[in-house]
Formats: sequence, C-alpha cells, structure tokens
Amino acid sequence: MSLDEIQNEIIEEFEVFTDWMDKYYYLIELSKNLPAISPNFKTNEYLIEGCQSKVWLHAELEGDKIKFSADSDAIITKGIIALLIRVMADHKPEDIMNADLYFIDRIGLKENLSPTRSNGLLAMVKQMKLYALAYHAKQNK
Amino acid sequence: MLNIVEIRKDFPLLEQKVHNFPLVYMDNGATTQKPRIVIETIKQLYSQQNSSIHRGVHFLSEQITDIFENARNTVKEFLNAGESHEIIFTSGATGSINTIAYSFGEKHIGPEDEIIVSEMEHHANIVPWQMLCERKRAKLIILPIDDNGELQIDRLENLFSRKTKILALTHVSNTLGTINPVKKIIEIAHTHNVPVLIDGAQAIQHGTVDVRDLDCDFYVFSGHKVYGPNGIGILYGKEKWLEELPPYQGGGDMIKSVTFKKTTYNDIPFKFEAGTINYIGAIGLSKALEYLNRLGKQDIEDYETKLLKYGTEKLNEIEGLRIYGNAENKICIFSFLLEGIHQYDAGMVLDKMGIAVRTGTHCAQPVMDRFGIQGTIRASLAFYNTKSEIDRLVQGLLKVKEMFH
Repeated sequence: MSLDEIQNEIIEEFEVFTDWMDKYYYLIELSKNLPAISPNFKTNEYLIEGCQSKVWLHAELEGDKIKFSADSDAIITKGIIALLIRVMADHKPEDIMNADLYFIDRIGLKENLSPTRSNGLLAMVKQMKLYALAYHAKQNK
Repeated sequence: MLNIVEIRKDFPLLEQKVHNFPLVYMDNGATTQKPRIVIETIKQLYSQQNSSIHRGVHFLSEQITDIFENARNTVKEFLNAGESHEIIFTSGATGSINTIAYSFGEKHIGPEDEIIVSEMEHHANIVPWQMLCERKRAKLIILPIDDNGELQIDRLENLFSRKTKILALTHVSNTLGTINPVKKIIEIAHTHNVPVLIDGAQAIQHGTVDVRDLDCDFYVFSGHKVYGPNGIGILYGKEKWLEELPPYQGGGDMIKSVTFKKTTYNDIPFKFEAGTINYIGAIGLSKALEYLNRLGKQDIEDYETKLLKYGTEKLNEIEGLRIYGNAENKICIFSFLLEGIHQYDAGMVLDKMGIAVRTGTHCAQPVMDRFGIQGTIRASLAFYNTKSEIDRLVQGLLKVKEMFH
C-alpha cells in the first residue's frame, strides 16, 4: 500500500469514533501494540525531548525501505507514534521525505502536531524525514 | 461571604462549554479570566477615550492621562505603597524582574558578588539573575526547599556573605502553592543590608499584600494573573532605590532633555517607563483591582482556603495520587501525579472532559528536579471555582485512572 493509501485507511478507521474518549481508547490500544524499541536505542542519543512528553526514535534501512522503531513515556503520544510509524515505515526514503501527513488533521489530532504543544511528535516527524533524507543521499552516492 | 453563583456571572468566559461539557477552568496560575468590568472598560477606552498619554495638549490626551495616573494611584493603594511614583508600569512580572536585574545589576553587581534566589522560583525569577551573573561574573546562591515544598529558612542565615547584594524570592510558589514567610525573610536580609525583590505573580490575586508592612525593596506582579489584561505588570520599588538606580530602557517619555551630547532622565516613575506604556492595560488592571476590593480580599482568601481544604481532602482520597507541595501555608494550587500515569495523558483526557489544567514543569524545572519528576498536573483555582468543580476534577481523574490502567 502506498503511504497515502495507509493514511486514507486510518481516516476511515477513525470515522467510526463519534466520541473523543473512543479515539483515546483506540490510541491507548495502539500504544500497547506498538513493537518495543530496542533498549539500545532508548537512550539520550535517540531522544527527542518535548516539553510535555519524551519520544525516542530509531531508523534503519532494510533493502530500499526504512524501518522505524519508537517509544514515548506518554501513552497518547505513543498511540500517535504507532499511527505515524504505520504510515511512514516500510516506504522508500523518497516517499517519506515527500510525505504530506494529512491524516493527522483529518482524524482530529492536529493539535498533537502543533509546534506549541511540544510533545515531541512534530520533532519526531521532522526527524523521520531527516533520516529519510540521509538514507536517500546515501543511496544516490 | 462571597456569592459565587453571582460572581461567576461577572466572568463571561466561564459560561461556555468545552467539548460539550461546562468548562471547569483550573489554570488560573497561568492566567485568570476577566470580569466584565475589565472587558467593558477596555472596549469603552478604545471606542471613546483612546489617545496617547502625557503628550498632548488636547482634551482626549489630558483626559486619558488623568485616568492613567488614577490607575497608578489605585495600584499604589492596593499595595499600600507610600507614594504613587513608587509604582512603575511594565509589561508583566517578567518585565519587572528584568528591569531590576538590569538596573540594580548595572549599578551594584560586580565580579564574585552573590545573588540569592530560592529553589522554588519560576524561571522568570531565575534566568534574569543568571544572565546578570554571566554579564558580571557574579554567583547565584540557592536557598533550598524541603519535602513539603517549604523553604529551609534555617539555612538562610548561612547563605549571606559580605558579597551578597540582593535576594530575589517568590511570595507564592507557582508550582507548589507554598506561601513563603516573606516578611520574616526580608527582615533577615535587611539585617545583612541586603535588599529584597519579591515576585508576587502568584500572591497578589489570593490575599492582601502590604508592601510597607513587608518592607520589601521591590515587589512585582502581572496584570493578567490578577484578573486584569495581558501585557501589563507592576514594579513597586522603594523611592530611594528607584531614585538611585539607572533606567533600564531608553526612549521617549523617560527623559527630561535630549541632546546628542547628553540626555537627562525624567523623574520617577517616568524614568522607568520608556516608550508608550500600555496605558489601556494599566487602566484595565486598575479596574480589576477595584473589582477585587469590592469583593473583599479577606473574603476571597477565606473562600479559597475552603476550596483548598476541600480539594486536598478529595484528591487525597484518590488512590495512587500524590500531591507535591504540602506546605502548612499555601494557596489553592494542587500539583500532583497519579501513580504510573503520565501527566500529559491525564491532561489530554481531562481536557476532553472540559477540565482545563496545566501539565508539565510549569516553568519551574528546578522544582521538578528537586522532587525527581518530569512534571505534574497542576490545578490552580480561583475564587470563581466551586466545590462541585473540584468534584468534576476528581471524577475526571478517576476516569483517567480507569483508562490508563
């Protein structure tokens, strides 16, 4: 599935939720199912410090696609991370670099990616794109 | 006795629903809501009376200058200051502290000199002094707090040296709610001939402040935290200090004469009010203070103390909840954590239930470090809050527990 197809799938999934609490319950579920980040990467080196919550992010290239693993100390943040990884991971660096993450707005979680919220998520998206840029440059050397 | 049902009608913002729930606004430590009289005054000033102060010969300018100077007088009386020229209008408590850190610092701070602050300060009462220390190669000395969130006063005496030049201390902790015994501390500092700046940003809205009784050298607060407009603040300074200190910012209105060879500064308070002061904000602030006078400062204090007692009881009934800041003498602020639950998660869910609290470090990272935590949930109450709103908070927290366990 393309990156945008996954985004559309998530938008559809969220359409059933009429209530904020249902959305949050779903994010909590997603957070529980997010594969754990290796302890080797849950270090300061991979830490994206937000004022509100912390995010750890690691990326590696497998074949021509990028794998991401991540974690957060806050559950809701972690649930959103799970969504971001679902959209961004297993794509080519070029697709990730150019990704337009419209799904966040459409599922009503835009506030979580606002620069003033400072929960580490916006910085995480930037970091994901930076990884993609770096791998892209490496591939084209 | 305050009639809270009637009082709430004075605050139009409180009437709204957020996420389909009646709003419970418990972020008063960050900013307070405005009574109608403040909102209407600002509207009236801009629609009928606006004109620049201190400059014109014309009717409107003269009229607003009078209203503005009356506002200064209202602040003077609210603080029981001796003279209205001891009241400087600034942009806020932060602006006031920066003014003194600069003006006092330029004149009195040199290499190796020492400045005392406490461990419970808001960043606004740390960073300006740190910047001063960097400029002058001076040192910041820290008065520690204990596990209850109270100052370790017994350690204060030993912090003074011949190098101590000023002590800057918060009247009330924005994170822990602790009301510090500032009068006693000022007395101790004065025995060492050390002047004291008190940060009243979290104190002025909760009780009576009498700067002459306290004998503080400087007292600062923000308008927006005391039911007034944003962007206006107060710096009270004893006349002798304000006369002696150099101005902070240069510009219009703060001068007597300007030539390219030499400028002579205006008298106080104007020496410290460069540029066009936020006169609309100043007048709005005076209306907020008059409003509090009408309600009665003692009645506000008594009612908020009841809220504090009720809230402390109710919150302590929640299993796994720990309150940070259990000082004997505190304002109605609850800073707490639910065991095993991130403050940000809790805040997000409370928000969706119409409950506005703040989560994070509350601009007081050293306090968080002291307790070894990353942040707290902070519910900071005002006199328009009610016991039933505290019940809503408790219900919200029980829901949070259910969701994240």
